[in-house]
Amino acid sequence: MNIPEELLYSKSHEWVKFEDDETAFVGITDYAQEELGDLVFVNLPEEGDEFATGEVFADVESVKAVSDINSPVTGTVAEVNEAIMDAPESINSDPYEAWFVKFSGISEQENLMDAAAYEKFVEEEKAKEE
Amino acid sequence: MGSFIANTDEQQQEMLSAAGYDSYDDLFAHIPEAVRLGRDLSIRRGLSEMEVIREMENLAEKNTVFKHIFRGAGSYDHFIPSIVKEVVAKEEFVTAYTPYQAEVSQGNLQTIFEYQTLMCELTGMDVSNASVYDGATAAAESVFMCRDRKRKSVVISGTVAPAVIDVIRTYCSGRETEITVVPAKDGLTDKEAVSAVLDSGTACLIVQQPNFFGNIEDADELCEAAHAAGAKFVMSVDPIAMAVLKTPGECGADIAVGEGQALGMPMGFGGPYLGFMTAAQKMMRQLPGRIVGQTEDSEGNVCYVLTLQAREQHIRREKASSNICSNEALCALTATVYLSALGPDGLKQAAGLSADKAHYLQQELAKAGFAPAYPQAEFFKEFVTECPVPADRLMAELEKHSILGGLPLADGKILWCATEKNTKEDIDELVRLAKEVIC
Amino acid sequence: MKTIFESSVKGRKLTLLPESDVPAADLKAAKRETPLGLPEVSENDISRHFSEMAKATHGVNDGFYPLGSCTMKYNPKVNDEAASLPGFTNIHPLQPDHTVQGCIGLMKEAEATLCEITGMDRMTFQPAAGAHGEFTGLLLIKAYHRSRHDLQRNKIIVPDSAHGTNPASAVMAGYEVINIPSQEDGCVDLEALRNVVGDDTAGLMLTNPNTVGLFDKNILEITEIVHKAGGLCYYDGANLNAVIGIVRPGDMGFDCMHINLHKTFSTPHGGGGPGAGPVGCKAFLADFLPGMLPEGDDELKLVKPEKSIGMMKAFNGNFLILVRAYAYLIMLGREGIPEIAKNAVLNANYLRVMLAGKYVMPYKETCMHEFVMSLEHEKASMDVTAMDVAKALLDYGIHPPTMYFPLIVHEALMVEPTETESKETLDSLINAFTEIYDKALEDPEYIKSAPHKTIIERPDEVSAARHPKLRYIPEDK
Repeated sequence: MNIPEELLYSKSHEWVKFEDDETAFVGITDYAQEELGDLVFVNLPEEGDEFATGEVFADVESVKAVSDINSPVTGTVAEVNEAIMDAPESINSDPYEAWFVKFSGISEQENLMDAAAYEKFVEEEKAKEE
Repeated sequence: MGSFIANTDEQQQEMLSAAGYDSYDDLFAHIPEAVRLGRDLSIRRGLSEMEVIREMENLAEKNTVFKHIFRGAGSYDHFIPSIVKEVVAKEEFVTAYTPYQAEVSQGNLQTIFEYQTLMCELTGMDVSNASVYDGATAAAESVFMCRDRKRKSVVISGTVAPAVIDVIRTYCSGRETEITVVPAKDGLTDKEAVSAVLDSGTACLIVQQPNFFGNIEDADELCEAAHAAGAKFVMSVDPIAMAVLKTPGECGADIAVGEGQALGMPMGFGGPYLGFMTAAQKMMRQLPGRIVGQTEDSEGNVCYVLTLQAREQHIRREKASSNICSNEALCALTATVYLSALGPDGLKQAAGLSADKAHYLQQELAKAGFAPAYPQAEFFKEFVTECPVPADRLMAELEKHSILGGLPLADGKILWCATEKNTKEDIDELVRLAKEVIC
Repeated sequence: MKTIFESSVKGRKLTLLPESDVPAADLKAAKRETPLGLPEVSENDISRHFSEMAKATHGVNDGFYPLGSCTMKYNPKVNDEAASLPGFTNIHPLQPDHTVQGCIGLMKEAEATLCEITGMDRMTFQPAAGAHGEFTGLLLIKAYHRSRHDLQRNKIIVPDSAHGTNPASAVMAGYEVINIPSQEDGCVDLEALRNVVGDDTAGLMLTNPNTVGLFDKNILEITEIVHKAGGLCYYDGANLNAVIGIVRPGDMGFDCMHINLHKTFSTPHGGGGPGAGPVGCKAFLADFLPGMLPEGDDELKLVKPEKSIGMMKAFNGNFLILVRAYAYLIMLGREGIPEIAKNAVLNANYLRVMLAGKYVMPYKETCMHEFVMSLEHEKASMDVTAMDVAKALLDYGIHPPTMYFPLIVHEALMVEPTETESKETLDSLINAFTEIYDKALEDPEYIKSAPHKTIIERPDEVSAARHPKLRYIPEDK
């Protein structure tokens, strides 16, 4: 499983890449895409929408399921990645390139984990499942 | 009594024993006494099949089957080719359900795919769903497709059929959706009044083409007005008219809906009918209900499946934009066979003949003293006239000659309809009788 | 299989309509400019094309169809004959009442019969399907609370085992959905229910038997809890086949409900519809019913109830479906109706017990008209899933049970045989399930790659959804 060193992670399996203190890209982790299976569509918010930490800001569809994606930060959507709407398979093949939205004006964030902590967290999740 | 149970009494006993029960009482022992009916139903004794048919015939005979029908208003007496009735009676189509298992449903799935293609062709739109209940619920569902967080109100032209407006109102009554019906002006949509009420909160503008009065709207201009306000433009159309009139796609509409009954379904006292819905590509994922897509199987054969299912209630549950599950699949098949049978020339002929007969009827009625109510407007197969006598008197006279006259409207006017089935002879007879009534 | 468009030959046509006998109308309005891309075919082409399509479609007439929750019983042909009588088909929905006494009379008789069967007082035939009925029922509940100025009731309680239409309908009616967890047996957790009811409860939606096929014995207590809190109870009639003639929703404390005529009352499913979802209610809700109700004794007429919620559909509902259901009702009558439930429940329990030797039944008690199997064990031990077993059944000419529903059972297969299937047919299903199990032990790959005898293999649903192709496009475009 791929967990890049330079990113931060949430407990609901989103990754966050800060550009500066108030601006960040958000996507879902390799573990998340693996669990969700072949994704066929993603519903993204509109630019200008505001979300609080923990709020649902998008959802992803597989053939027979739909799953909510939570916002790991409080902020405003500055940009959405429309490319993943046309090619949802890129979320499966390249989860860390396939960012969902860019948040700006971030005022708050979840207690995010670094790569090592997230790796440990995922191991625990897997153990629970079994 | 009639019964369709195959197992004999002996077999039932054998199965009860095999499953570990002494009797039916034992099988149902777990149901609390307090909720059991504990008596026979107070309904009639059962009948044999012969008696059933006799009784159904007796009921049917209590209805008046008019030989000549000049009434439309949402249900039309168009010609139904024999091949249509034959194909849609095939047991496989009749007795299957929603094609959940693609491997044994390719026929059903492919005909839905063909239906979707035909409806796109007819309306000039990009994508179609597999049908909804009827034209009125299709219009109501289109509102839910257009509504979002910022745009929650709906503007409807007063020339849309009253039944359609009623259904939209009922559908929207549960949720905050402000509905503005803009009164008609001279039998047409009041463009200025419509433009005045469209605003940044309007989700969509709904118009009907041809409208309830049979008149042809300037859809281009209404579409521009809707889009200028940032609202979606929804056209409810007569599918037969689509052979000749500018299509929703050509007008720039976002969604086209309509009643498909005219495409091979009998009037049937109101149903089952066919609600069709097509949309521009960008609204594909807002479409409610089943949608069939083409794909390949693991061997690379072209095949068909239900697709985009994550929109639907069985997956999205309370987040689904519609609750529709069962639709009108057999009616969609009917339309598919009908449109295949008519072909491009046949549909144009049906549309042309309907318009010809309606125009002849209107001219002859005018000569007889039934003045056109909206002489400035152009119409297709329906039109409104004044009626110099109480409409009931006219209708009663026509009824004696097995003619169902036009629909009396609340303001004393009459909404007439003609189709390819009305001959010149029938029209002349109707006009002769009408003339007598007012003399 | 070729599409009808690929059979098209320019200039080919049928002779359906005559030449015009009146002058041509000269329409000046904006005309269609895009070519009309309908197929140009002969009647023979059409006949053969749709015969090919029919052969590639599995209907109840082709073989066993134990699709849980859908009640795929045999569809008697007398129903269809009745519905094709010209005295029903050639009737305009806006004919005056005195010319449709037969139609209104049929509605009146059907209403009385179905009300006696369900324990309801009045019924509307306007809703076109079960989900449409649910939406209607919830709008009745809303109208009732509004009429009492009890406006804060904005929540509908739905068990997590419910059909997906329940929560979706509640949202369409403007309600917030409160999902309550079911007990392990799929029955309502009384404590959970007590905890959520209150003065914001508009109502509860429930099916009994529930979606795992068990009769909820606490039903009177459940409806009482909701009523005491001021809410109403809606009965999802999807499972009515299990109790018809034996238990009435009205006697279980339900205030309104829908019936699926295409399930319980044998009208065909039409490849996905049309069905019909009449909604019945107790007298205190009758004034709110939508559409037109039959009234009168000698001179029948259709009357809109005083405080009607409006119109759910144009005209009088799927009337020709009601004609079919009525033919079935009068054929079975008071002796035949309870036999439906008895035999439906017997057939289900026979299958359940006979299959329990090989497969795990998560619920050991007597089921009603359907039961749920769990393939969790097979998935863990042989990596064979519910989907794989379902697909393997296709090779036996059997339509698989409902898969992966209800959501509270893992690897679920939900089997509903219905009362019209014979012991021989049930035994053939038992045999098929047994052979599939044994084959899975011996050669799991064979089952995982099933079906092997159908005209296509498993379709690629992922590509279909990622890159939707929703219409035929000619090669030259």
